[in-house]
Amino acid sequence: MGDHHHGPAKGLSRWLFTTNHKDIGTMYLWFSFAMFILGGAFAMIIRAELFQPGMQLVEPAFFNQMTTLHGLIMVFGAIMPSFVGLANWMIPMMIGAPDMALPRMNNWSFWILPPAFLILASTLFMEGGAPAFGWTFYAPLSTTYAPPSVTYFIFSIHVLGLSSIMGSINIIATVMNMRAPGMTYMKMPLFVWTWLITAFLLVAVMPVLAGAVTMMLMDIHFGTSFFSAAGGGDPVLFQHVFWFFGHPEVYIIILPAFGVVSQIIPAFSRKPLFGYASMVYATAAIAFLSFIVWAHHMYTVGMPIAGELFFMYATMLIAVPTGVKVFNWITTMWRGSMTFETPMLFCIGFLVLFTIGGFTGLMLSIAPADFQYHDSYFVVAHFHYVMVAGAVFSMTAAVYYWLPKWCGRMYNETMGKTHFWISFIGFNVTFFPQHFVGLAGMPRRIPDYALQFTDFNMMSSIGAFIYGASQILFLYNVIATIVAGKPTSEEKVWDGAEGLEWTVATPAPYHTFETPPAVR
Amino acid sequence: MIRVSNNPTIDTTAKLVAVAIAMFAFVFVVMVPLYNVLCDALGINGKTDGSQYTSVPVAVDESRTVTVQFVATNNEGMPWEFGPSVTAMKVHPGAVNDTVFFARNPLPKDMVAQAIPSISPSRAVKYFHKTECFCFNQQPLEANADAEMPLQFIVDQDLPKDIQTITLSYTIFDVTDAVNGSVAAR
Repeated sequence: MGDHHHGPAKGLSRWLFTTNHKDIGTMYLWFSFAMFILGGAFAMIIRAELFQPGMQLVEPAFFNQMTTLHGLIMVFGAIMPSFVGLANWMIPMMIGAPDMALPRMNNWSFWILPPAFLILASTLFMEGGAPAFGWTFYAPLSTTYAPPSVTYFIFSIHVLGLSSIMGSINIIATVMNMRAPGMTYMKMPLFVWTWLITAFLLVAVMPVLAGAVTMMLMDIHFGTSFFSAAGGGDPVLFQHVFWFFGHPEVYIIILPAFGVVSQIIPAFSRKPLFGYASMVYATAAIAFLSFIVWAHHMYTVGMPIAGELFFMYATMLIAVPTGVKVFNWITTMWRGSMTFETPMLFCIGFLVLFTIGGFTGLMLSIAPADFQYHDSYFVVAHFHYVMVAGAVFSMTAAVYYWLPKWCGRMYNETMGKTHFWISFIGFNVTFFPQHFVGLAGMPRRIPDYALQFTDFNMMSSIGAFIYGASQILFLYNVIATIVAGKPTSEEKVWDGAEGLEWTVATPAPYHTFETPPAVR
Repeated sequence: MIRVSNNPTIDTTAKLVAVAIAMFAFVFVVMVPLYNVLCDALGINGKTDGSQYTSVPVAVDESRTVTVQFVATNNEGMPWEFGPSVTAMKVHPGAVNDTVFFARNPLPKDMVAQAIPSISPSRAVKYFHKTECFCFNQQPLEANADAEMPLQFIVDQDLPKDIQTITLSYTIFDVTDAVNGSVAAR
């Protein structure tokens, strides 16, 4: 780094005005962790209420606000920004670029996020309470019967959607234009590939979400009737528009996680990733299929039989590219010199639990069977297996894997492994029993339940408290590492790690790759 | 590929912004109309076409009896008393049937209402013909007045054999403000 380059500015203005991809990545990561804690606190309230049947702690209306805000904050505030933060930190370093392509827009796309969530969280203190219609905000619950705070909710969705779109345009522009010479598309690390495809999905569907909430806004305030049967509209239209966004959205959440796992498993197996090209094609196939399966979320609305069959077969087809990925990860580990540091443990946990979530997804894709599973706790168990054990586990793995590179200090391995095992056990105790209560008929999003579900719900709640507590350990471990971890200056922190990010100094300097590296 | 700018970053960005705007427009100009067109074409949300049917002379199929049920619903905030005179009728396909609905305006002001029909199961939509229906027109009622509203219908002889019951549902809406020229404020 030359003397003519200045380091980070001092004080608060460093963070407010920064255009440095590492600073912005760091802010995204901390912000998403804060949202993860907030959404987690809401989940604790939900599980505390459900510890016993009958009304225990909160009013049903407040319970509904909790399930709604928990979902919205975890999806839009925790998981998505955490992967954007990771992309900011890692993509320029992985492709040998000095920064993101649009650094000023990068600053803006982060800084409009905290206000959006401040607005969303502030609805809790408004008259009529926060939105209570579920994170899927189906009309007419979210229009005719919505609390007045719904307008603030709509505005916050607009703002965070704008942030996502700007973030993904930035990522695409970076990957397409700023790769080091010799870094062809098929030499890019898989994390970059999965994010490139994710970013295209985001540009395509976040505007659809914006359209859905705009129609809600117009129905509520401007006398239109998009979703109101009273004026010739149709509430089912809302579900189509929402899930046209919503299904690609779940791949937006999981594809970067696939990318992370594809970086970490080879590193700790000390073998190159098995089937690189097939991984790229499988990612693209999943992204394409995500656009033609949305109505499997709404089998029960009364579609024609041909529609049910089409969406059923198309959905089942997704199991093929996903299976390719799972087998590639397993084959990468096969006969590798494996070690089981914390990032690897989280990746293996991801692999096992995500596959379970994938299988329950396959069960849900069967249209005739779905009529029983629909809106039950089985669905809740399914999507927590893919969201938490999928996205959150892989994000945790990513933090442990790259933290030494970010701050030049090693985390405490014993504490990391303890975090993994408590998380793994807590997670399964929480969500595995939910399969059973779901199949037995317990609906989701209710504050009370029939007596025969008591035991499994108690188990679920205890597991949730364990899982929640394990995140405090994670927070402590990360802070302890940054403040007082064992310093390391090895460029390649992990001996099996491959990629350009391991060729720069540790900790990663404020500016990297001002001259592009040579890629063979 | 068209180049918008010689700066590749600006070029990529401009194209992606265009995609995002196009997708936003896509919701309004494609998804909404397409949904309505598909629902009409497939008859899948029970919406009847709302037009009068001109009967063709056919023999009455007395070997078959179909139950037609009537359901009346008031839209949110609609104060009228509104209901069918009989809740169900047994009819033969091909026969012309008559029934009436009652409506009463309990408020001390003149009002106009519009009834919107819907049929279940949706497969029966194209086999249920209305030759006369109060839903073809708006129904004005003076303060505290009441009215009998006629309905005349024919169940088509080609009605699929497995359909034995057809439910005809009416929802009545207050359209007074719209008729008087001002858009209803919410």
